[in-house]
Amino acid sequence: MQYLVSVIDDKTASATAEEMTAIKAFNERLQAEGHWVFAGGLNAPSTATVIEHRDGEPIFTDGPFLESKEHLAGFWVIEAPDLDVALEIAAEGAERCNRKVEVRPFL
Amino acid sequence: MSPVEEALSRAHRAEWARLVAVLTRRFGDLDIAEEAAAEAFATAVERWAADGVPPNPGAWLTTTAVRKAIDRLRRESKREDKHREALSMHDEQEPVGAIDDERLRLLFTCCHPALAMEARVALTLRMVGGLTVPEIASAFLARESAMGKRITRAKNKIKAARIPYRVPSAEDLPRRVSGVLAVLFLVFNEGYLATGPGTDPVRQELTAEAIRLTRLVRGLLPDDGEVAGLLALMLLTEARRAARVSDSGELITLHEQDRGAWDADLIAEGHRLVRERLAAGAAPGRYQILAAINAVHTSARDARDTDWSQVVALYDQLVRLDPSPIVALNRAIAVAEIDGPEVALAAVDRLALSGYHAFHATRADLLRRLGRVPESRSAYGRAIELAGNTAEIAYLTRRRDQLE
Repeated sequence: MQYLVSVIDDKTASATAEEMTAIKAFNERLQAEGHWVFAGGLNAPSTATVIEHRDGEPIFTDGPFLESKEHLAGFWVIEAPDLDVALEIAAEGAERCNRKVEVRPFL
Repeated sequence: MSPVEEALSRAHRAEWARLVAVLTRRFGDLDIAEEAAAEAFATAVERWAADGVPPNPGAWLTTTAVRKAIDRLRRESKREDKHREALSMHDEQEPVGAIDDERLRLLFTCCHPALAMEARVALTLRMVGGLTVPEIASAFLARESAMGKRITRAKNKIKAARIPYRVPSAEDLPRRVSGVLAVLFLVFNEGYLATGPGTDPVRQELTAEAIRLTRLVRGLLPDDGEVAGLLALMLLTEARRAARVSDSGELITLHEQDRGAWDADLIAEGHRLVRERLAAGAAPGRYQILAAINAVHTSARDARDTDWSQVVALYDQLVRLDPSPIVALNRAIAVAEIDGPEVALAAVDRLALSGYHAFHATRADLLRRLGRVPESRSAYGRAIELAGNTAEIAYLTRRRDQLE
């Protein structure tokens, strides 16, 4: 079963060197223990472009589809047998990256 | 009640949680388990009336419910592979002693911390307690459709997010047990201090259910001190129920209660549990301390004989565990009995509880004892505005109107 662990932040690229080191160690452990699928950090919402396909033409809009103080700063996709394991991993992720995270199961 | 009705209601109390738990394990789905258990009881209503009560009602219900579940899975056109798997493994025998584990698993699943507190309460009452959705809705003054949705949503989350169906690991157990106890205490308190203008001041069906479920947890986790503590707390509180509200529906305070009307059996059982915890010598948690405070109150034959210094000492212990203003408020009430209302009022006035009716009720009483009538009157007024329990409102109103 796969879960998306979203990192929620109100700043961008704000991780300190210590946090980056902690995240790296955490990622390595996820890989070693078979929970790792994919992870990444995201650039600022201001760098986003929204595309809508209308009347056969793509329309590009500058900016994110949701304007909010908090945004998606990065994510992990993890493999876990159940929510308890996913929550345990996510809780550690929240601690390591020092940010709020959200856990959602894939369909 | 006819003998058959009696057998049905006894079976419902004794077998519902076990049935849902066993079916959940077998079919891996709370929905199917709940529906099949309900159908088995509906069938029992007809069949037992016609054919008589079977010699082993539990086994009869299990067989019937399993058959109902399999029928349902066969009827459903869009079957998932998981369900097909369940069909092929349905003849597995339950090992002896596994039933307790099954019910515990069910309880921990319903009280999972990833669910909202309200959902945990509703789900526990439905799946473990066997209350119907309309019963739960009426207990919490919610619309039936809203309560049904809340339960369905919780069941969907359990399934989609794969909340595991198991007893938590030893390291997680204490924290998870405390989550279960919080749910049960909430159910009890909603019964004991029922809120809302149209309800009885005490909802005995809720207090009784909370006690029954806590007894169940106690049977499953006999060594957990807080489980024993919560059960003792509930019993010692429930013991005073009959003396707590007057015939005219007004709250009677602990001081004024007819102690002869207390339930001696419940008090004896509560005291036994408190003594058992004291003898265990382990550091008590919140429920054990609250139970001990209630044991002191229920040990006094007359309100004047209450050992208030013991009560204050226990509150001191509680403050160290839980430094919340509500605990400090209750401590101040006991302090008033030893050091007088002035000292207590000074402590109460420091608390940031202006939205809590008991804060204003306590201030009103202390101000009244200090002869500060206008201030007391306005504090009673504030308490009346904020209180939700009809018996409490009636009591506070009379006290205010008696002020000279």
